[in-house]
Amino acid sequence: MQIRVKVNGVDYTHDVEPRLLLVHYLRDVLRLTGTHIGCDTSICGACTVQVDGNATKSCTLFAVQADGCEITTVEGLSTNGELHALQEGFKEMHGLQCGFCTPGILMTMDEYLKINPNPTEEEIRHGLKGHLCRCTGYQNIVKSVQYAANKLKKEEVPV
Amino acid sequence: MSTMNGMVGKSVKRVEDKRFVTGKGKYTDDIILPLQTYAYFVRSPYAHARIVNVDTGAAIDMPGVLAIYTGKDVEAINGVPCGWQVNFKNGDTMKEPKHPLLVADKVRHVGDAVAMVVAQTREQAKDAAQMVMVDYEELPVVVNAAEAVKPGAPQVHADVPNNICYDWELGNSKAEVDQAMLEAAHITSLEFVNQRMIANAIEPRSYNAFYDEANEKYTLYTSTQDPHLIRLLMSAFVLGIPEHKVRVIGPDVGGGFGSKGDHYAEEALLTWASQKVGRPIKWTAERSESFVSDAQGRDHVTKAEMGFDKEGKILALRVKTYANQGAYLGTFGPAVPTYLYGTLMQGLYTTPKINVDVTGVFTNTTVVDAYRGAGRPEATYLLERLIDLAALEMGMDPADIRFKNFVPPFDGTNQPGYQTQVALLYDSGNYEGVLRKGLSMLGYDDFRKKQQEATRNGKLLGVGFSTYIEACGLAPSAVAGALGARAGLYEMGQVRVQPTGKVTIYTGTHAHGQGHETTFAQVVADRLGIPMADIEIVHGDSDSMAFGMGTYGSRSLAVGGSAIVKSIDKVIEKGKKIAAHKLEANAGDMEFANGKFTVKGTDKSISFGDVALTAYVPHVYPADLEPGLDFTSFYDPTNFTYPFGCHIAVVEVDKETGKVELKRFIAVDDVGNIINPMIVEGQIHGGVAQGIGQALFEGAEFDSNGQLTNASYMDYCMPRADDLPMFETTNQVTPCPHNPLGAKGAGEAGTIGATPAVVNAVIDALWSGGHKVKDIRMPLTSERVWRAMQASVN
Repeated sequence: MQIRVKVNGVDYTHDVEPRLLLVHYLRDVLRLTGTHIGCDTSICGACTVQVDGNATKSCTLFAVQADGCEITTVEGLSTNGELHALQEGFKEMHGLQCGFCTPGILMTMDEYLKINPNPTEEEIRHGLKGHLCRCTGYQNIVKSVQYAANKLKKEEVPV
Repeated sequence: MSTMNGMVGKSVKRVEDKRFVTGKGKYTDDIILPLQTYAYFVRSPYAHARIVNVDTGAAIDMPGVLAIYTGKDVEAINGVPCGWQVNFKNGDTMKEPKHPLLVADKVRHVGDAVAMVVAQTREQAKDAAQMVMVDYEELPVVVNAAEAVKPGAPQVHADVPNNICYDWELGNSKAEVDQAMLEAAHITSLEFVNQRMIANAIEPRSYNAFYDEANEKYTLYTSTQDPHLIRLLMSAFVLGIPEHKVRVIGPDVGGGFGSKGDHYAEEALLTWASQKVGRPIKWTAERSESFVSDAQGRDHVTKAEMGFDKEGKILALRVKTYANQGAYLGTFGPAVPTYLYGTLMQGLYTTPKINVDVTGVFTNTTVVDAYRGAGRPEATYLLERLIDLAALEMGMDPADIRFKNFVPPFDGTNQPGYQTQVALLYDSGNYEGVLRKGLSMLGYDDFRKKQQEATRNGKLLGVGFSTYIEACGLAPSAVAGALGARAGLYEMGQVRVQPTGKVTIYTGTHAHGQGHETTFAQVVADRLGIPMADIEIVHGDSDSMAFGMGTYGSRSLAVGGSAIVKSIDKVIEKGKKIAAHKLEANAGDMEFANGKFTVKGTDKSISFGDVALTAYVPHVYPADLEPGLDFTSFYDPTNFTYPFGCHIAVVEVDKETGKVELKRFIAVDDVGNIINPMIVEGQIHGGVAQGIGQALFEGAEFDSNGQLTNASYMDYCMPRADDLPMFETTNQVTPCPHNPLGAKGAGEAGTIGATPAVVNAVIDALWSGGHKVKDIRMPLTSERVWRAMQASVN
């Protein structure tokens, strides 16, 4: 089946098998390997991308279901070579160790901070519920998100 | 320690992070090679069954299929070997049945691999695998280690009577311990299970192998913790191909936690088949496969008794453990419940008589091997549960009883190390110190008042302590060899100074989240007085570095870092000779600091970069010196390192539901000198989360048919962000006296300390409400806690 998608601002048209998962399309066809597969069953969140701005577990969607959609992956998060506030936050606050779950968490939190720009610690922990990280114990992930929230707030205020 | 450039002890941000946060990390499954093909495995749905027939006829004609291999095709190939030998008490060698690459005769656990299909695409391989018809004849199953040794139990291997792999003991004689127990005023005894754990690194195991016909050379990309070890085991022990014709690369690895330390059959199979198929073959585990084929951890059934005099001083410890090894031996398998468990039974205490007796047992379950902490969490759980319970039973304070029994402080330099009853010589320690610090962070007196108030208000509030020690920095080769290791456990570190003074470091350790690229660069920057930006740390490629033993057992900094320091020392020594020649001085008069070689007492100096250039452009050069500035060193430690610490958990138990709420978690860890406090804290956080996971959430559940009933991320409950509080962590620093960095290792501390602290806190909470419960089986789910409360007399 033919699909047309826009991924990180670039238009693509491909013929794909109907059973091809979106995550395999992104990784194998477009070679965007920043999106990872951890559990194949939409529980760990490593495969999270944004489909039309909504954080979506890309192992839970067929590529054909994304036809006509605009998709953002972790590779599309930074602009002009500058790290996104969340990417910077994770680096500054040691929010990652092996880095495997990180891209998915970044994509979820990017959407989350747009919905809730002033989250409490408890709200961030709740917002991370769809993700598993086996390395960090989450504490520094929470701090990384707080860092990003603060930075984004400062950027919004005109000097 | 030298702090020439002041880089040691700083929370430098990680240099590896940029690639990970931008999606540029390169994990094994991210690698797609030209003409890539894909493998899929046919695995047994039964825990124990005879293979009557394997019919690949229909599968081989499926679209895209290139080859199918079954057990018969690999019968002539060795199985995957075990790296450690444990002996029976009578001196006999442990039973070591073949662990075949593919099973031909009978399957011994759910997930045992029966056939491998290779096809052009992942989907084609999977489709064809479903068409491989295997006829099984089911056999009786045994999953529990204590059951498996009983007469009449199903036999996992025909040539292993009663499924006993080994029967091992350590410490004082049983008679001595029995005698000491006779004098005890109180004996605390506990029969308990340390449940089976699944490491569950979020990156599934993944391998990609190819054969280069032109050079007759194999390359394997593998998500491993120890690429050189895999190369050695696979080439020399399994496939019988020359080691120099095999290259093993461990690229970015998405978490290991011990389960990626093993040499797996799939690695060897893919490598072997890539030559036959003539194209690269990739396999990445689906999560359901990981659950039944990744090496798992723990799984002990234990009875332990601790005898005390009436003052609360420990007189003796007696331990009997049945350790489940699974269906076959993993690479480190038998070492975990023996050398990494029995040897830790001294704990932090002066217990004069200890006997530990371990029976290693085969069952119809997935292989059991190292899982973060590996043996040491099991030992710590046993000791810390017993001493906390003894305090409750004897009406003593759990902190006081520990203070009474601690080995007094010793730095290992002015005072000798502490010789245990169980074969180890502790290097340095201040055990009272970590408990004092923990109590002060907790506000202990205040806590007990709050607890009494909670009791009055009908609430169940509890505190649990765990003061642990671990043996890390694996390992002095001679000691490891005497214990049964079939390899040395030194580490390699190469310092290659480039002509421009930039430095490339090759290490035999392997990072899979630990941040070596940052920590090691800090060590080098500090010692050479050059910016971190001028240093690159390279790891994980058997063709790039001389050798390596990999990363496990919290060894990388203590052993691998020390090897790098040795090479740095050699660079500086040679640099002094080159500098002296240039400055027309004696090498003995040269000193090196802040990136400059200076003639002592003068302002005559030459920079590190100039010396490097001179070494490679040796026009003005000492006649007796070789050009170049590149040293490789092997560091073999003289002892293990012994990190220790105090973990404290505060919980509230809901009376109506049994739900445990973890309110506070305090960790005081002494991991020796610290290079990067931020990274050490991160290691502790992650370890603590896994330790809490074992106490409250996780555990593999096999039914009597050998089916893993919680084999998915939906069913195997790992801690999520909202299950955990903010941890309160700090450090005490007692340097390791026997390695140049004074470092002890921090990778496993959290997992080792946390589990008993949490369980002890729940038990304390229950006792505070009059429920004199001795034990609740982990994980402490609401149901189990509720049932324990109902069963106890209130």
